[in-house]
Amino acid sequence: MKRTIFSNQLLPWLLLAPQLAITFIFFLWPAAQAIRQSFLREDAFGINTSFVGLANFEALWNSSQYLNSLKVTAIFAVSVTVLSMGAALLLAIAVDRMMKSTRPYTTLLVWPYAVAPAVAGILWWFIFNPTIGVLPYVMDRFGYDWNHVSNPGQAMTLVVIASAWKQISYNFLFFVAGLQAIPASMREAAAIDGAGPVRRFFDITLPLLSPTTFFLLVVNIVYSMFETFAVIDATTEGGPAQATNIMVYKVYFDGFVGQNIGSSAAQSVVLMLIVIALTVIQFRYVEKRVEY
Amino acid sequence: MNHIATGATIALALSAASAQAQTEIQWWHAMGGELGTKLEEIVQGFNDSQEEYTVVPSYKGTYPETMTAAIAAFRANEQPAIVQVFEVGTGTMMAAEGAIVPVYQLMEDNDVAFDPQAFLPQVVGYYTDTDGNMLSMPFNSSTPIFYYNKNVFEAAGLDPEQPPETWAQVEEFSKTIMDSGAATCGFTSDWISWIQTENLSAWHNQPIGTEENGFGGPSVRLTVNGPVQVKHWENLKRWADEGIFKYGGPVGGDNARPMFYTQECAMVMASSASRAGILANAQEFEVGFGMLPYYDDVEGAPQNSIIGGATLWVLSGKSDEEYAGAAKFFEYLSSPEVQADWASFSGYLPITQAAGDQMASYFEENPGADTGLRQITLNEPTENSKGLRFGNYVQIRGIIDEEFEQMLAGSKDAQGALDSVVERGNQLLEEFEAQSQ
Repeated sequence: MKRTIFSNQLLPWLLLAPQLAITFIFFLWPAAQAIRQSFLREDAFGINTSFVGLANFEALWNSSQYLNSLKVTAIFAVSVTVLSMGAALLLAIAVDRMMKSTRPYTTLLVWPYAVAPAVAGILWWFIFNPTIGVLPYVMDRFGYDWNHVSNPGQAMTLVVIASAWKQISYNFLFFVAGLQAIPASMREAAAIDGAGPVRRFFDITLPLLSPTTFFLLVVNIVYSMFETFAVIDATTEGGPAQATNIMVYKVYFDGFVGQNIGSSAAQSVVLMLIVIALTVIQFRYVEKRVEY
Repeated sequence: MNHIATGATIALALSAASAQAQTEIQWWHAMGGELGTKLEEIVQGFNDSQEEYTVVPSYKGTYPETMTAAIAAFRANEQPAIVQVFEVGTGTMMAAEGAIVPVYQLMEDNDVAFDPQAFLPQVVGYYTDTDGNMLSMPFNSSTPIFYYNKNVFEAAGLDPEQPPETWAQVEEFSKTIMDSGAATCGFTSDWISWIQTENLSAWHNQPIGTEENGFGGPSVRLTVNGPVQVKHWENLKRWADEGIFKYGGPVGGDNARPMFYTQECAMVMASSASRAGILANAQEFEVGFGMLPYYDDVEGAPQNSIIGGATLWVLSGKSDEEYAGAAKFFEYLSSPEVQADWASFSGYLPITQAAGDQMASYFEENPGADTGLRQITLNEPTENSKGLRFGNYVQIRGIIDEEFEQMLAGSKDAQGALDSVVERGNQLLEEFEAQSQ
């Protein structure tokens, strides 16, 4: 490894300063604020403030809504990750087999990624709207009653599809790149040895694709837990009866709409701990098993 | 090119100088679209009427967004002098004693003539403390009323000039309509919380909470699981199962009115301020208006309905000049001319008796436009029909929607659903009481 040694002690700090400033202002400072507020009980205007210790956290563990939100988040994150990565892998394999038309297909499949989450949410809201949407109309013809406004299962299906759809493009791009990095000679050698397409996929392609898969797993879980706020807000707003109230949305709703800052801050701190735990688990244990 | 630039700079400097002579009063509001344009027109009228003050209106998004923005600004000491807050935020604003300047005090401090008797008690009562002092200035208030499709009524063989008066008639008419094939659903409703729970209670003179629905003090607890409310929710569930009633979604019920517009549902309950929008969307049929239905076996019904909408709150920490300007502006806003103009444009209720009188000819030309006003003034308000004042009420309304949805899904009966509204809501009220101490 090559090390660069600065003779000037000040210069490296100066070069780092802009990034450090951004990290401090946008990450460390708000995080510290959240931790501080999670121990306080405050009215909306901040006139009466009292230190309540861990009362906000205790209230969370005793709240069936919060435990429900944990469960909903887990179901949502796993579903979005599996659906978006599965669909993306299928599409990537299909494109990888093509000779000439790879590029146009790739371009078309990447397009949805350019759509902002809020816009994507509104699009799906229109398509699935029980009163004016086109899909419920079609489903009604087949005798299926779609109404995600009152049916929790359908609401979850809607937000999972809307969130996964956008992420398929991103995953697809990485899977295509990953597939193309696998030397054709290995697959050919396996084919000569008599391995069929399915065998070749599971014994050659999938293991060699594991760095990409691992990377995408991290990105997708983080995406579904933290970046799907706009989709939820534009489609179900956490309803019906909290069936799609994922943790990030609950932080927003309790804090910004409900003005319950202590509880909202405590929820943020729990989220922070979950992210730290996820990162540690993934990099310490999962990464070791991945063959690079 | 240089000349133009210099000229522009001078002009800018001059206008800045002349603007500085005037006191600017920031007003954050939540009125978008046509209402926002009308609001700006009203403000312009005030700014042109005198030299000393300039009111600067800023649109801050939805009601919750506007309130959140103002609260965040207050915490950062950047608050506007005036902020528009929706009625469910009233409990939070009232409890914030150091953060607000009550309207009666603002008027007193600035020697602006102000007669609380001139206002409609049904409107200002919602925003008045137990000593009769007005805390905020009503700006846009409305009340839910009943809309029906006259063409469907006629096709079903019903009298198109006769809206149902009782819930029994709503059920009977719905069945007639559905049997005749004139429409596939009887009725739908905006706002399960505001219309089918809070207003239902007031309309039948039933309490929603203890302490005069919260007007008496912060130790208020919900009592919305009374017999009338339970019976009504039970009926709504039965009607939903029979297809008579269709649920329009949580909060405002976004899907309710489209079902009325497409003539799927023959009747809808919605805000009186939605009148213009409903008329504009009802392209292929004629709309009739009526008061909210009631249960005729409940003693004292119909009482009077309660309002929704928003009021203007004055925040503390601004200069004396700004408060003087705000007081002048409120005097202008409550003048009969401005009120009548705003109320006839928007469909909101006039807030003073004089404005109501001025609108007599408008009401004559626009049948149904006075339904809301007649409904809130039907009887002298009681403890149960003055309004409600609960902290954390945005979340409590969310709970009402959730429990209603659980009842519709069949996982709870009406009594169970309303019992958990009370139980979960009271947790939030206890939390709020602790926060404000």
